[in-house]
Amino acid sequence: MVGKNCFAIASDRRLGVQLQTIATDFQRISKIHDRLFIGLSGLATDSQTLYQRLVFRHKLYQLREERDMKPETFASLVSALLYEKRFGPYFCQPVIAGLSDEDKPFICTMDSIGAKELAKDFVVAGTAGESLYGACEAMFKPDMEPDELFETVSQALLSSVDRDCLSGWGGHVYIV
Amino acid sequence: MGDSQYSFSLTTFSPSGKLVQIEHALTAVGSGQTSLGIKASNGVVIATEKKLPSILVDESSVHKIQSLTPNIGVVYSGMGPDFRVLVRKSRKQAEQYHRLYKEPIPVTQLVRETAAVMQEFTQSGGVRPFGVSLLVAGYDDKGPQLYQVDPSGSYFSWKASAMGKNVSNAKTFLEKRYVEEMELDDAVHTAILTLKEGFEGQISEKNIEIGIIGEKKEFRQVALFIFPLCVSA
Repeated sequence: MVGKNCFAIASDRRLGVQLQTIATDFQRISKIHDRLFIGLSGLATDSQTLYQRLVFRHKLYQLREERDMKPETFASLVSALLYEKRFGPYFCQPVIAGLSDEDKPFICTMDSIGAKELAKDFVVAGTAGESLYGACEAMFKPDMEPDELFETVSQALLSSVDRDCLSGWGGHVYIV
Repeated sequence: MGDSQYSFSLTTFSPSGKLVQIEHALTAVGSGQTSLGIKASNGVVIATEKKLPSILVDESSVHKIQSLTPNIGVVYSGMGPDFRVLVRKSRKQAEQYHRLYKEPIPVTQLVRETAAVMQEFTQSGGVRPFGVSLLVAGYDDKGPQLYQVDPSGSYFSWKASAMGKNVSNAKTFLEKRYVEEMELDDAVHTAILTLKEGFEGQISEKNIEIGIIGEKKEFRQVALFIFPLCVSA
């Protein structure tokens, strides 16, 4: 979710296989660099592998170009990588959030074969996706300060995952 | 010296530690038509002589200065056909970068990849090095940049440089004339004067080519109707 010169990215903490809960502290959101985070929902093995590939690509980029990747550039890279596997895809839905130059927040999500969806307010992914759309739409206000953004994001997340049996066990929220 | 015994094969070092084929490639560059580039505070200018073998040649069909991307241009000294091949490869690499990152390729990255191509041809079997040195001029987020790439695949960033037949005179002239805070218009003027220094015969807008890139980050060839003013001054 986008705020005033800041962004928030949040996820729940459950890792499960249908009805069995495997872990209640699963890290779904990972850092690419200080101003760029990616959350990968979906099949855990695919999200781990995809994350490792993205870190690899980003590290090489940093070494070659001597700078961090911009969020928009990173989103294009993720989209290209996902589409490479068009006929045998990664079962992942990424949510990308970062700060561009001049602290302008950037968020986007895509489907598992790389169709980018940019948004100015919020993006959602996962099993509780539809609930999240509703909760965010209701609670979102433009230009929120970090503290208020944190409250909004946490409430939207918790109320949506409560209605979904496959999500829950708390949440991780990152504000940048 | 025994070097000549090693000049047949590109991929064999001579006892003095040189690759003689690359030395020969540099000689080919040194006998090519003069070209030069100047980096100004708000842009880059590249220029070259365009001496055609006969007055019957249609000079408007000859393009020695080419653009690699909308914001990067290149000029050469040496063998024209080798230049065309490199331009083609570089353009493809720039487009591949754009396809992946949806961003225009930074000048340093394009230069690095072009240089890598040139280096490949110094370490493979059955090929010869490119007989061109390139001057790559671009304007990206890091500002105006000018790079020279040699047949060996080494590249250098320059404030001002020249290559080809008249290289030593041209460089001396540039060293005297170069000012740190030069603006693009002054740089174009200086470039024309530098070309004029070593020009055999009468210089005119039909036998030189000039390309510039300014803050708008669009590489273009200059229409030289301003030419008479520059030369007389």
